[in-house]
Amino acid sequence: MNLYDLTIHQSHELLKNGEVSSTELTRAVLERISKVEEKLHAIVTVTEELALRQAQQADERIRSGDSTPLTGIPALIKDNMCTRGIRTTCASRMLENFVPPYNATVVEKLGDAGVVIVGKGNMDEFAMGSSNEHSAFFVTHNPWDLGSVPGGSSGGPAAAVAAGEAIYALGSDTGGSIRQPAGFCSIVGLKPTYGRVSRYGLVAFASSLDQIGPMTKDVTDSALVMNVIAGYDHRDSTSVNYPVPDYTKALSSDLNGLKLGIPREYFVEGMQKGVEEVMRTAIAKLEDLGATVDWEASLPSTRYALAAYYIIAPSEAMANLARYDGVKYGYSYDGENMWDDMEKTRQFGFGPEVKRRIILGTYALSAGYYDAYYLKAQKVRTLIMQEFQQAFEHYDALITPTSPTVPFKIGQKVDDPLQMYLSDVCTLPINIGGIPGLVVPAGFCDGLPVGMQILGKPFSEETLLRIGYAYEQATDWGQQRPPILERQNDAS
Amino acid sequence: MKLSREDVLHISTLCRMSMSNAELERFQEQISNILENFEILKEVDTTNVPPTAYPPPLENVIREDKVAPCLPQSDILANAPHQEEGYFRVKAVLD
Amino acid sequence: MNYETVIGLEVHSHLLTESKMFCSCSADYINAAPNTHVCPVCLGMPGVLPVINQQALEYTVMTALALNCTIPEYTKFDRKNYPYPDLMKGYQISQYDTPISIDGGMDIEVEGQQKRIAITRVHLEEDTAKLLHRHTPEGESYTLMDVNRSGVPLMEIVSEPDLRSPEEARQYLIKLRAILQFLGVSTGNMEDGSFRCDANISIRPLGRTDYAAKVEVKNMNSFRAVYRALEYEEKRQKEVLEAGGTIVQETRGWIEERGVTVSQRSKEYAHDYRYFPEPDLPPMAFSRTWVEELGAKLPELPDARRSRFTQQYGLPVYDASLLTTSKAMADYFEDCIGLTEGPNLEKRTKAVSNWLLGDFTRLLHSTVTDISDCKVTSKHLMEMLDLIEKGTLSGAAAKTVLEDMFSDGKRASEIIAEKGLTQISDEQKIVQVIDEVIAANEQAVADLKKGKERAKTFLVGQVMRLTKGRANASLVNELLKEKLEG
Repeated sequence: MNLYDLTIHQSHELLKNGEVSSTELTRAVLERISKVEEKLHAIVTVTEELALRQAQQADERIRSGDSTPLTGIPALIKDNMCTRGIRTTCASRMLENFVPPYNATVVEKLGDAGVVIVGKGNMDEFAMGSSNEHSAFFVTHNPWDLGSVPGGSSGGPAAAVAAGEAIYALGSDTGGSIRQPAGFCSIVGLKPTYGRVSRYGLVAFASSLDQIGPMTKDVTDSALVMNVIAGYDHRDSTSVNYPVPDYTKALSSDLNGLKLGIPREYFVEGMQKGVEEVMRTAIAKLEDLGATVDWEASLPSTRYALAAYYIIAPSEAMANLARYDGVKYGYSYDGENMWDDMEKTRQFGFGPEVKRRIILGTYALSAGYYDAYYLKAQKVRTLIMQEFQQAFEHYDALITPTSPTVPFKIGQKVDDPLQMYLSDVCTLPINIGGIPGLVVPAGFCDGLPVGMQILGKPFSEETLLRIGYAYEQATDWGQQRPPILERQNDAS
Repeated sequence: MKLSREDVLHISTLCRMSMSNAELERFQEQISNILENFEILKEVDTTNVPPTAYPPPLENVIREDKVAPCLPQSDILANAPHQEEGYFRVKAVLD
Repeated sequence: MNYETVIGLEVHSHLLTESKMFCSCSADYINAAPNTHVCPVCLGMPGVLPVINQQALEYTVMTALALNCTIPEYTKFDRKNYPYPDLMKGYQISQYDTPISIDGGMDIEVEGQQKRIAITRVHLEEDTAKLLHRHTPEGESYTLMDVNRSGVPLMEIVSEPDLRSPEEARQYLIKLRAILQFLGVSTGNMEDGSFRCDANISIRPLGRTDYAAKVEVKNMNSFRAVYRALEYEEKRQKEVLEAGGTIVQETRGWIEERGVTVSQRSKEYAHDYRYFPEPDLPPMAFSRTWVEELGAKLPELPDARRSRFTQQYGLPVYDASLLTTSKAMADYFEDCIGLTEGPNLEKRTKAVSNWLLGDFTRLLHSTVTDISDCKVTSKHLMEMLDLIEKGTLSGAAAKTVLEDMFSDGKRASEIIAEKGLTQISDEQKIVQVIDEVIAANEQAVADLKKGKERAKTFLVGQVMRLTKGRANASLVNELLKEKLEG
């Protein structure tokens, strides 16, 4: 086995026993990056020097017996989380040369745990998109099929983890940005409960929906990362002061006594047949593992979630992106006067999808339209949350597909915003509800990955991880590595 | 809901983001199309449904009034496109 | 036609917190070097989040209670969206439809009449960065920005349009400032921008009750400026109407040097603030107990102190009102009284009030000194009054002595010794001077004998002049009378 293919817990065993050093592991990952990155374009900034320095420190720490399960293990950070002294671009021209003077809380926490940061992951600009085609720099390719998208907006981290360019990654999820690319790249992605992980230092897209979470090769790794990043942060007033359990304790290989609901609204019209088949097989497996499955669960307001989401998220984004005016940091256009500078800075600094959402959000909040759009969407949000709450009175978890299709071709949807938005139809209601969602590899359709989404009530991450773990132990989808990439590498 | 050209121009002024003619036309069409799909929300009966702006049931999250160190001026200005004598510099801001 | 003036005021006041509204940077920005009280939060960097300063909430609730406002159970912050270079995030965290307090009122006194001015709301928001206008050597103008002020807590107090004259507006501001100072929540300093006022003013034919088109007046940096700007605007609007014109609803800026208001049409730019609840800050619910506790902790406010001054010290209402327009003055007065002992308390009290409201206030104004920076301590002032009472210092010479105490901080006794200003109460010495004066002013003496009282005043004045104000004035009067009337 290649070192770069290891999981966190496998790496930790080797590091702890002195069989491999963090420096060796880090070099293996960096070499892997130099080998596959020209095909994948998953990373905006590779931080080789920093990584090797951190690896050296980690090795010292391990030798002194003071290591944590994450010490010395190479990670990729999505490029919308602030890293002190390392440029943080959000894959936007606007922040192409922006170097934050501070660390996001999650970066700080990983730092305390002894992380090795190998780079900053590519993404759709300001996390707006579902394919990574909206990165201002380059499109990330899906390691399972270089002609397809890796999903988005955390497409870079997803592709990188699947291809061994990092042992794990941190992504962010506003409407499916961790889960959809995890599904598309056949890795594990967790969007925690809103408020579970601090957002301080995460460049805001939609403040009431954004959440950071782990993108890993297996469920155990997801639990290990959660153990470090979860918890209250006095810098984030929306982070919840609720005890952080040891998530690895929840992992068990049977599902006895669990009641699962399958909400029929998630098997949407236009869903790819093969995806549905994979899902049915996967759900049957959950039954085998001891769970009771109810196929008649229903969340009727789901059909309004997309519209509500694409009003709420752009409205908040409109405000969150107003700070990019070319005065304090970032791209700055030199025009005729102050207003011309500001207006053209924003015209040339933002890409088309970001602009679309700014326009949409500005419109939804403007005088005369507020009630019909923004307020209405917030009321629909109440209904969606209530339905989730009611469903979780009956079920321990809900099982749904992650996306209606397998990864689509690069270029296929990029000019049709609505079609692109639809690829988040199964993931965005979860952000509206503020609940957690875990995606695990569930199989393949035409050789492309399909992810299973597991949903629970707020702060039920342990239950989700338990289900994901049992399923992962009973199947081998998660252990498969992208074959296409290897073939292409072998040929070269 | 169809957006007019004037609507898009007004939005462009509100959010201080200029647009080329081609962009204006494209956005007018795309956003109109998206808004049409939002019509579905009219179906939902939201009588007596309160709006939700905050997902977690939190209240009164406050901090003590204590001073902590700020960043050095050099860090604050490090990313500034234009600066002068410790200040950010912009073209004349006229009232 | 007779018109009625309708004025509503919007006051913004910095709060005397240690740290800023939503971050831990020091809020004391005025004397700091540019951009040194700044962190990623108040700079509006990507990724930052606000956290509410508890003290700012408390100060706002205290103010609201002092202004007799209702404190609703639920309040939240909203984003007010308007891109501008001095607004770091492109939106201001403010309050829209659920302010911390509503429906209050404050009594003012104009020409002896009490009048209640309704308060619409008191809410909390954050201040913007400061813009400084500069020119290149070639004369091209540009702007520098200092972010220190960004995020300083700003309390907004909005009145109903209940004020009917520039004088009422001035009285409202004086009273409001006194309340904020008594509460200890604001310096109330208008000159440095810690306490700001915008005004809405319209005029209507007397007897009408509807509101006419109003003009918003900005850029007034002192109480006097508010008074002058409103007086100007009142007159301007009348002239427009009398010439058959109509008042345009607009924003006008006061130009202090020219004493006029001018239209600021650029500020009319399509305002659509697109308010929505600030998702980064969970809402607040104030428990009734907490509000009651704060209410119980409120310090004595100007009205209460004024009536206490009349009751406890027997001061006239006029004196008590003036002494309580500023907390510093009221405190100074009571410091002085605290140093006084003995049976003469009431007499001494009135004397202290006279000195404070007279020469002391005149000197504060003419030297633009804040009472807290004044070199004359209450102890020194009382020593001076002791010397007057003992007859060592004449009232006239004391005026000069106080001026010196003001300028160099010396004690009265030192100045008297240095300048030889001890009062002359020696009858013989005074008679000598009177004789000189009589000899030199035959005409006046003749006039006095004819019964002209003014001549007497003149002659006493001459004696005082020759003694450099040191002669005991009542003795001079007595002796002069003896001499000429026999």
